[in-house]
Amino acid sequence: MDLQTLTFIVVGATFALYIGIAIWAKAGSTGEFYAAGRGVHPVANGMATAADWMSAASFISMAGLIAFMGYDGALFLMGWTGGYVLLAMLLAPYLRKFGKFTVPEFIGDRYYSQIARIVAVLCLIVASLTYVIGQMKGIGVAFSRFLELDYETGLFIGMGIVFVYAVLGGMKGITYTQIAQYVVLIMAYTIPAIFISLQLTGNVIPQMGMFSNLSDGTPLLAKVDAIVADLGFPQYTAQKTSTLNMVFYTFSLMIGTAGLPHVIIRFFTVPKVRDARLSAGWALVFIGILYTTAPAVGSMAFYNLANTVQPGPVASADGAMLYESRPQWFKNWETTGLLKFEDKNGDGRVQYRKGDDNELTVDRDIMVLANPEIAGLPNWVIAVVAAGGLAAALSTAAGLLLAMSTAISHDLLKGMFAKGISEKNELLAARISMAAVIAVAGWFGLHPPGFAAQVVALAFGLAASSIFPALMMGIFNKRVNNTGAVLGMLAGLLSTLIYIFWFKGWFFVPGTEMLPNKPENWFLGIQPEAFGTIGAAINFAVAIMVSKVTKAPPEHIQHLVEDIRTPRGAGAATGH
Amino acid sequence: MSTPQATSGEAYWKANLRIIIIHLVVWAFVSYFCGIILRPVLSGIPVGGTDLGFWFAQQGSMFIFIAQIFIYAAQIGKLDRQFDVHED
Repeated sequence: MDLQTLTFIVVGATFALYIGIAIWAKAGSTGEFYAAGRGVHPVANGMATAADWMSAASFISMAGLIAFMGYDGALFLMGWTGGYVLLAMLLAPYLRKFGKFTVPEFIGDRYYSQIARIVAVLCLIVASLTYVIGQMKGIGVAFSRFLELDYETGLFIGMGIVFVYAVLGGMKGITYTQIAQYVVLIMAYTIPAIFISLQLTGNVIPQMGMFSNLSDGTPLLAKVDAIVADLGFPQYTAQKTSTLNMVFYTFSLMIGTAGLPHVIIRFFTVPKVRDARLSAGWALVFIGILYTTAPAVGSMAFYNLANTVQPGPVASADGAMLYESRPQWFKNWETTGLLKFEDKNGDGRVQYRKGDDNELTVDRDIMVLANPEIAGLPNWVIAVVAAGGLAAALSTAAGLLLAMSTAISHDLLKGMFAKGISEKNELLAARISMAAVIAVAGWFGLHPPGFAAQVVALAFGLAASSIFPALMMGIFNKRVNNTGAVLGMLAGLLSTLIYIFWFKGWFFVPGTEMLPNKPENWFLGIQPEAFGTIGAAINFAVAIMVSKVTKAPPEHIQHLVEDIRTPRGAGAATGH
Repeated sequence: MSTPQATSGEAYWKANLRIIIIHLVVWAFVSYFCGIILRPVLSGIPVGGTDLGFWFAQQGSMFIFIAQIFIYAAQIGKLDRQFDVHED
């Protein structure tokens, strides 16, 4: 069977599965639509959280980023996993005890302030929307590469699938489809990694293969170091960014992860406070399976790529691969434009080097997708990888869309404009706002703004500098009041936004940068993506100082904080 | 604030904070210190073709994070029962 037919069958089968689950898991109440009726087992929720969390970027881009960043790629690995420790200890159990449906609802109630709630809704929508655009793009790209459909057609199919299960099932439908999507994506990620690890190192476990010896007896990483040094790049295992920047960047990603609303609301679906703690652990187990495989994939894919284009010694003129004898996968990816060869010296050989005489441009996104082809794996593996990439994009998109639609129907509509709305009408409103945000996200997918690649920094920056500190102080500091919280959130938010815009252009409009985005211009050498750490520190400082000089929160708020600190009674609080 | 319940609630919260702080120290130590800041100090310890700091940064800290969450869940579960604030 040819690859395309096989891919259609595998992707079609997974889509049929998602739709089937959606029909089975239709939501009948707002409790089911917003929080899956709080009946999800902690292990199941952990799996759904993992699928929710691991986006098209985690699946497709991360290993490629690591392949070209080497050691520095660790900032993504630690940054995107360390946040779960913070979630498990600092946020998830207490927010589950609070027992409401949305993150802005907690902020609004705890700080007895509609303004705080609106600021939280704004942060949530901006962070989620910027994030969802990337998923929509991932869906379109996966369809166009593997099924050879237009980008637009692929996008419409993807939106249609999400529409069915998100509008019908809400959180309940999304949770159960995410579990299925996790299984698909983790198989798609690990199967090629296992084969490649086996081929290169003889070790079936990629996590161990990465630190094992190649068939010639040299360790893989030592060999990769030697290869990149030969090609003129800095060593794979050497640190390239400054230590301070690396620490701040990692910390920004950690607190940003813990502050992203679409992740937090997943912990509202479990029955008990203790399930919320355990569930964070299970989520990290399931995430860790992919995240510990990624550096192995990155280093091995880089080794394979370098070995293919540079089979002989760098010093000798015929060490580089002849363009004429390039392998089939090389040709396949050339047609996508993601792999480019330009014969600058006209010798018909592919010189991959650091500097101006480099002749090969590799888009890092192809490292995971091309991996099975590079390793010569059978077609069904490639078909599964396509389905896995789609599963990663769809599951994250659905989680983000739910976070946005509940903020609109529950926080804005029910919380402010139509307080007396009936449960039935609120459920209808939730479905309509879900359909609306899918349409908006789809529109952005079709007309991706020029800044699409830059906005992930924005999403994490906002979550780190405004949402995480507000939530943490809400639980751990009884003295922080409405004025302190609102001013703190605004100070964190604005300082981070201004710093990002300063180097990337106001609202990402090219040409409006105040200073070129270069290390020598950065404050203390901290890049814009890493500024969330400082934004969060500003938020904490402003909130605590302002609260000190203004009135303490009223007694009932102090009781509320005491109440969420102890687990007993969580079952009773169901949000109404 | 002199009711026995309030006092026990405060003691429970203090005990919880102590556990959390210890975990966060470990959390920061394995990732920021062993993985980044102290990596040059640990560079003499070889691990599979590279050094210990590299292992902590790209693999070890993630394993420790996972273990920490389950250990914390067990510790706080015990504390919940000890202070009689557990569910059901």
